[in-house]
Amino acid sequence: MDDALLLARAQFGLNIAFHILFPSITLALAWILVFFRAQYARTGEPAWLEIYRQWTRIFALTFAMGVVSGITMSFQFGTNWPGFMNTVGNIAGPLLAFEVLTAFFLEATFLGVMLFGMNRVPGWMHLTSTVLVAVGTSLSAFWILALNSWMQTPAGYGYADGQLVAADWWRVIFNPSFPYRFTHMMLASGLTAAFLLAGLSAWRLLKAPSDPAALRTLRVGVMLGAVLAPVQAFVGDLHGLNTLEHQPAKIAAMEAIWKTGRGVPLVLFAIPNEKERRNDFAIEIPKGASLILKREADAELQGLDAFAPDAPPVAPVFFAFRVMVGVGILMIALGWYGTWRLRKGAFPPKWLLWTFAGFTFSGWIATLAGWMVTETGRQPWLVTGLLRTADAAGPAGGAQLGASLTGYLVTYGVMLLAYIVVLTHLAGQGGGPAAVKPATPPEGAPA
Amino acid sequence: MTLDLPLVFAILTSVAILAYVVLDGYDLGVGMLMPAASAAEQDVMVASIGPFWDANETWLVLGVGLLLVAFPAAHGVILGALYLPVVAMLIGLMLRGVAFEFRVKAEGWHRELWNWLFWFGSFLAALAQGLMLGSYITGFEPGFGYFLFALVVAGGLCGGYVLLGAAWLILRTEGALQKKAIGWTRWGLAWVALGVVLVSLATPLASETVRMKWFDFPRTLGLMLLPLASAAAWFWVWRLTGRLKRGQPAPEWGPFAGAVAIYVLAFAGLAYSLFPYIVMDRMTIWQAAAHPSSLKVVLIGALIVLPFIIGYTVYSYRVFRGKAQARLYD
Repeated sequence: MDDALLLARAQFGLNIAFHILFPSITLALAWILVFFRAQYARTGEPAWLEIYRQWTRIFALTFAMGVVSGITMSFQFGTNWPGFMNTVGNIAGPLLAFEVLTAFFLEATFLGVMLFGMNRVPGWMHLTSTVLVAVGTSLSAFWILALNSWMQTPAGYGYADGQLVAADWWRVIFNPSFPYRFTHMMLASGLTAAFLLAGLSAWRLLKAPSDPAALRTLRVGVMLGAVLAPVQAFVGDLHGLNTLEHQPAKIAAMEAIWKTGRGVPLVLFAIPNEKERRNDFAIEIPKGASLILKREADAELQGLDAFAPDAPPVAPVFFAFRVMVGVGILMIALGWYGTWRLRKGAFPPKWLLWTFAGFTFSGWIATLAGWMVTETGRQPWLVTGLLRTADAAGPAGGAQLGASLTGYLVTYGVMLLAYIVVLTHLAGQGGGPAAVKPATPPEGAPA
Repeated sequence: MTLDLPLVFAILTSVAILAYVVLDGYDLGVGMLMPAASAAEQDVMVASIGPFWDANETWLVLGVGLLLVAFPAAHGVILGALYLPVVAMLIGLMLRGVAFEFRVKAEGWHRELWNWLFWFGSFLAALAQGLMLGSYITGFEPGFGYFLFALVVAGGLCGGYVLLGAAWLILRTEGALQKKAIGWTRWGLAWVALGVVLVSLATPLASETVRMKWFDFPRTLGLMLLPLASAAAWFWVWRLTGRLKRGQPAPEWGPFAGAVAIYVLAFAGLAYSLFPYIVMDRMTIWQAAAHPSSLKVVLIGALIVLPFIIGYTVYSYRVFRGKAQARLYD
């Protein structure tokens, strides 16, 4: 692989990894805000309003981070991967266009109403705006995951005038891996938002144990996590079986199966040795992989040897998969134990609060690891069977890419640091009218 | 008669980009004016664009998206040639976008820092867009002369954004800040006049295609309507701001409407100069167009969704009409 391609991939990987951090929160947090807002509308309790406002601030900040890094993405499709649009533009283009048309304007406009319009529109309209923002974010995920899934498992296409075109848009959108990937990502966002909610609330409770709003949001976060984490494990398993059917090479890399065979063991831990094409220091469960993936102890599984030379690199896929599953298991344990300790409004012990605070951004780790698995696992293909990553790279030279990569790295570093600092600062402060101070006292503001 | 899809998409893409330039133009302009205002005024200025900036930037994504979808061949050439200014613009847009959020939540020197980054990001994005435009007009010719030309265009565009931003503030603020905004509008006007004259003199020198198009009698006479109408809009804004300055009655929406008119006319002139090229002298809109089947799908989708977008955009501007106040999240 030449340097320019490596840099193009590094830059795109950096951008997309940075970008996904924020939608993975807002996608589900938007619906959680609908819940808070509806609870306020239903009960009229000021506490729900306070919670809604506090989390709206966090949402707005996160959303802005997602928007600006997303604008960057829209340019990089063209600047970094011109071959992508030249080859599959007739399918990718409309899907991206529909995302902008149906989702971006909707969420951006009603976010304005949601943030600044509470005293300007009737209550029902404000609730509706909150719902429309959530609908917009989910629609956005729908279209972009339809495109990503199509790239993983292309379907519904044909050829006309020497170009690849859509033959059946329904099959393009609802391609084989889409339902699984979409559900898996929505749940991932739910877990990311749940543990963010729990983590920041725990942080607040450590500073101000008597804050009833923080205890309430802690309960919402922990219980949401407890419900979603096992569902995610189930959906993830289905997603894996779907991948086995359509992208067996990815599964072989995830499980570090080098040779095709029967009764394949499940590798719990190992150091994949790409050179010798075997696992070093492996800890295995005999016949485990065959049992999990085929539900039969002696079933045959294809190894990486079946796909050479078009096989993905093993180590990053193998380790990322274990990180994702590991975080998921911890989430189930923590969610269930936390729910039990919080039952009947009990106040959790300090060490548990510290643990939740430590897990504030655990969803990010699992989500990034999961995307690492699926994106690295489809290499060397950009669009499975249709377009190789190397054939899609652009003309930008190493120097240009190097300069822009540095620029992005510095900008993203500053933004991420500021984001985390402000988030913990906001959380430590808690909700209430004093949390956001304009430089001058507002005119006619209620005392 | 079959529909000329590439032409339809050329118009759609142009309208999206024009909408972006006018809409994000005023909030970039407000950003660039930040250092000229007091801390209290800065809060009002930011509040005046708070509900809108995000949707405004979405027009950029739509414009680039349509370019990508409808003219994939041109998209690669244009963004490839403009690689570095695009990166600069994106970094600028990122900094100002998050500065919006961070500046309200920060205190002390942190707040100062984000205010500064808000200004810097706005300025960087505007400057980069001007360089992109200048380089685009001349078909991405390399060389110092062309870079100088792009710099002049960039200066003109920055002035134009300041004009839009200041005129927006006349409409959306009151009292001392509005008085200042009237002064800024007149500075912006002077700047724009200088920029437009320089660009108009330099463009036919820089591009032979443009020269042929501009000096093609008798069409030139019809084309003269554009500069004449721009001059009329310019004088109208100058007169209105003069009246407002002296406290005489004049519509407060006038300067903004006039500034938008100047933009629309300049854009029409640009479109006339370039057509039918999408990459100057190299690629026409028909050569760059995607397959008709995918264009048709997007067009149907756009025709269904655009009325809704326009509808709720108008709704949002109605909700937030009137004078802005420093209170955020009220």
